[in-house]
Amino acid sequence: MKITVADVEHVARLARLELTPGEKELFAGQMGAILGYVEKLKELDTEGIVPTSHAVPMENSFREDIARPSIGLEKALANAPSRAGSFFVVPNVIE
Amino acid sequence: MTIIDMTIHELHAALKGKQISSVEATTALLERITAVEPQVGSFITVTPEQALAAAKAADHRIASGDCQLLTGIPLAIKDIFLTEGIRTTCGSRILENFIPPYSATSWEKLRDCGAVLLGKLNQDEFAMGSSNESSAYGTTRNPWDTTCIPGGSSGGSAASVAARQAVATLGTDTGGSIRQPASHCGCVGLKPTYGRVSRYGVIAYASSLDQVGPLTRDVADCAIMLEAIAGHDPKDSTSVDTPVPNYSASLTQGVKGMKIGLPKEYFIDGLDPDVQKAMDAAIDTYRRLGAEFVEISLPNTDYAVATYYLIATAEASSNLARYDGVRFGHRAEADGLLDMYTKSRSEGFGSEVKRRIMIGTYALSSGYYDAYYVKAQKVRTLIMNDFVKAFADVDVMLTPVAPTPAFKIGEKINDPLQMYLSDIFTIPVNLAGTCAMSLPAGFSAAGLPIGLQLIGKPFGEESILRAGYAFEQATEWHIRKATI
Repeated sequence: MKITVADVEHVARLARLELTPGEKELFAGQMGAILGYVEKLKELDTEGIVPTSHAVPMENSFREDIARPSIGLEKALANAPSRAGSFFVVPNVIE
Repeated sequence: MTIIDMTIHELHAALKGKQISSVEATTALLERITAVEPQVGSFITVTPEQALAAAKAADHRIASGDCQLLTGIPLAIKDIFLTEGIRTTCGSRILENFIPPYSATSWEKLRDCGAVLLGKLNQDEFAMGSSNESSAYGTTRNPWDTTCIPGGSSGGSAASVAARQAVATLGTDTGGSIRQPASHCGCVGLKPTYGRVSRYGVIAYASSLDQVGPLTRDVADCAIMLEAIAGHDPKDSTSVDTPVPNYSASLTQGVKGMKIGLPKEYFIDGLDPDVQKAMDAAIDTYRRLGAEFVEISLPNTDYAVATYYLIATAEASSNLARYDGVRFGHRAEADGLLDMYTKSRSEGFGSEVKRRIMIGTYALSSGYYDAYYVKAQKVRTLIMNDFVKAFADVDVMLTPVAPTPAFKIGEKINDPLQMYLSDIFTIPVNLAGTCAMSLPAGFSAAGLPIGLQLIGKPFGEESILRAGYAFEQATEWHIRKATI
């Protein structure tokens, strides 16, 4: 299956990845080979087959709605690359 | 017997009998780690101070008369398990400085039994790999031949058991990541049924396939570890609320009259002759023990790898969207928010992770979703049905774990598709959501371990442990030690 560098650039944008020109070339070839291989699924007739998203036959999993303590502000912010008081700091979203 | 060669049950007896203290055992293993780590590279982080403190606490507990099976036993766990206060990298640069604010349930359960944590084990980055070569912290080497891969993604979990650096370990298995390294390193590794063990606090790769399990020196240890970690967890809504059997109690029941299925699609022409020989010998052993063999068919086996690499990568692309540099993990210098997301991810992720995110994103993208992702989910149904049908006639299945013994470091690194195909016999079990175990069943002419896979029905861990124990009692493969 043919995957072009333009295809790779499109998918990388969707995945929020920035690839070097070398990576783009490499991934185009490798993704082409991998997606070519998965084409074999088309040999199978799956008309009317229900898709499986999950191996265990369970519907919803309910529990009592009881408030419990959470990990708290300090722990939640302990790994923040940048913080101010009780907030995560990020670059400007709106100029 | 030296301390480092002891199994959980042997060390437990010595701790209980006060012949050895947990501090002595822990010290012996920490010394062993220091001695062989330069050759093996099983660990990403070793935690000697915490380990010795936990060992002291365990010794107090034992002195007070509370000596459970895992009290005072030095263990290590894959670096995919969150450990509060101890760095957890998942083999990735993006989590190089991540100190989790809470711990994984499976580790908490072991810790609450009094187990001692020696450190965090090396793995493929985000558990994506079959060789440990995608770790950002160096490739773990196979203790039987350090020019070979240990398998992956739980390569450190298997290598450390084989190299006598830990009594037992925890790994995770999404497409074979416990069983394949266990096979390549000559230890026992069990992937429980999906839902048997909580995934809470385990860094997610492919959520509908990931499962936690033990890697051990023998089957009895495997039963002890599984019993300790299994069970419903209110924090993981996909963990199943069925009682946990006493796995150790049923080990000795034997295999007389047990029906073992041989799926014909797993005994293919391309199978390595040494692997074939080991399987033939294992079948003979089971026959002698009174098991009956039935040829069965899992007709959609040939489609499993393709199905897996669509479902797993799609789930991965979604799960790994959280690494954006905002709340934790690596943040790149950037102009604006979008640039920060993109640069942080591109700097933090390695090549294999990027490749899988790309394939998964492609499979989920507009115009391709039905043709790839939904198609794979439908084929997953067919694969699951194969297992349901086949298990109507047999109690367990016997197959190879991997088509070849451990390959050389570097051999498949430039050909991802060839690397993916090395999981051909383990992947279907994850798609079907059932349980399977790898156990030592021989050696190649070059002296590399070969593993046997026993596949059980959903929640049929008791049967495969019983069958594994019977095999182990009749053979001596598990007693051989790596030369390192």
